[in-house]
Amino acid sequence: MRIKGRVWKFGDNISTDHITPGRYFHLRSNIQELARHVMEDADPEFPRKVKPGDIIAAGKNFGLGSSREYAPRVIKISGVSCILAKSFARIFYRNAINIGLPVITCDTDRIDEGDEVEIDVEKGIVKNLTKGEEIPASPIPPFMLRILEDGGIEEHIKKYGDFRLEE
Amino acid sequence: MGKTITEKIFSEKLKRDVRAGEIVVSPIDLAFVQDGTGPLSIEELEKLNMVRVFDSGKVILFIDHASPSPRRELSNMHIKLREFSKKTGCILSDVGYGVCHEVVVEEYASPGDVIIGADSHTCTAGALGAFATGMGSTDVALGMALGKQWFRVPETLRFVVQGTLPPGVYSKDLILHIIGMIGADGATYKAMEFEGEAIEKLSMEARFTLTNMAVEAGAKTGLIATDEKTREYLKSMGREEKYREIKPDADAEYEKTYTIDASSLEPVVAFPHTVDNVKSIKEAEGIEIDQVYIGTCTNGRLEDLRIAAQILRGREVRTRLIVVPASRKVYLDALKEGLIEIFVRAGGAVISPGCGPCVGIHQGVLGDKERVLSTQNRNFKGRMGNPEGEIFLASPATAAATALEGKITDPRRYL
Repeated sequence: MRIKGRVWKFGDNISTDHITPGRYFHLRSNIQELARHVMEDADPEFPRKVKPGDIIAAGKNFGLGSSREYAPRVIKISGVSCILAKSFARIFYRNAINIGLPVITCDTDRIDEGDEVEIDVEKGIVKNLTKGEEIPASPIPPFMLRILEDGGIEEHIKKYGDFRLEE
Repeated sequence: MGKTITEKIFSEKLKRDVRAGEIVVSPIDLAFVQDGTGPLSIEELEKLNMVRVFDSGKVILFIDHASPSPRRELSNMHIKLREFSKKTGCILSDVGYGVCHEVVVEEYASPGDVIIGADSHTCTAGALGAFATGMGSTDVALGMALGKQWFRVPETLRFVVQGTLPPGVYSKDLILHIIGMIGADGATYKAMEFEGEAIEKLSMEARFTLTNMAVEAGAKTGLIATDEKTREYLKSMGREEKYREIKPDADAEYEKTYTIDASSLEPVVAFPHTVDNVKSIKEAEGIEIDQVYIGTCTNGRLEDLRIAAQILRGREVRTRLIVVPASRKVYLDALKEGLIEIFVRAGGAVISPGCGPCVGIHQGVLGDKERVLSTQNRNFKGRMGNPEGEIFLASPATAAATALEGKITDPRRYL
């Protein structure tokens, strides 16, 4: 899986409340509408600026807080193709893989807003094409990579009828 | 080599030696969702043609977050949960019955259980010696239908808390101190085990406050070995037969051990906008507060209400005060003890059991530039419905003292 896109940069500790604020709780019944407020409390302009294929690069502990699966879902609906972060909160990480949104753990200090990056998800390599740099990434655990490649946990279960840990 | 509590629970479930780092598929004892996450779980099961539950007595749908419903869209989401319960026979915990995590520890969670919930504070039940962790809607939906889930067995961080908490310092101060020390990502992907003299002395209610907030350090769960207090608690809930010993081996392998002297601790306050932004009460005193909230899955239990009532008795508040008992049982017990009357006479607004204003949906949304001091577990920007508001976190005692003074106040002045 190779992904190429332009970066939107965020800081540390972007919580699920930044990504999909509680005041829009009622819009969970209409996820397309909910997605119009994606990342609004981290950057109010983001929902208007983001283009399909864009990439989010953030600091540490991205997605901390609530278990709301709507958080990765609205990011995916907004067109974001991948999230890079120094670290992810665990429920968010698992939810993102489950819905087929690639999440890559790597050092994002040398990635700036507007940079173009290319990611090899299987190999765990991030290339900053703008700066001509290669950044090593922590690999996605093999079982989670399989879920991601299947297109998410729903597709995985449809395919195998169960959790398929081994090849 | 011995095992941690986590390794013991999964080894028992899988009937083989399980170690940290392994990925396992384990049977589960309980799966639950709430009104913010459950409708999506149901939609996923519909998409998968799996509208069923593995055991109708072990799957619970809670209506606690937007409860009673303040909006038509949310009322319709509630209907979806009620219909699913009718269709599958699974348990419905409807408006007014309480916050999922409190009801789960009162009525369902038992030592040795593996529990998944579509709510991040599912880790609360870990104080009963259960492995309980929060997951997303789809993961819990699969657990509801299949009766199992996959887990990466986490490494464990051990927190040995020696000594005794001084008067005016509570388990809320202890867990905020720990999160301030290790950071909001200090335990990411790990389990936290709490032990030591100070933990043994804590009531079960105070222990739930500790494990409830494990996720605020990024942890997968928080756990406490069972003891006589666990037995007494289960007995008081009419479930003594569920008691059994769950404790780590003496030679269990921990990723890291932290030692804390409880007697050196003071009341603390987490400042906006992260839970690890913890400062001593001295640094916080004097900050003007508009609203005080006492309640939630963190601090809405009877003991918390007693502590607050003792300070508020016969006095009048200077802030808005919102009190929400965490469950119907807590509410009834508080009524019997006269605590509710104390809150009402002090000028408080007592709201029916549920999450209250914690999630920013209803029942106390902040105005622009307003400050709240709350006993909840999170203070993220926008959490209580307004990104222009500021949230401070503290113990029920600090909350009560603050309500009386209209500014953040050291509760030890009222003891």
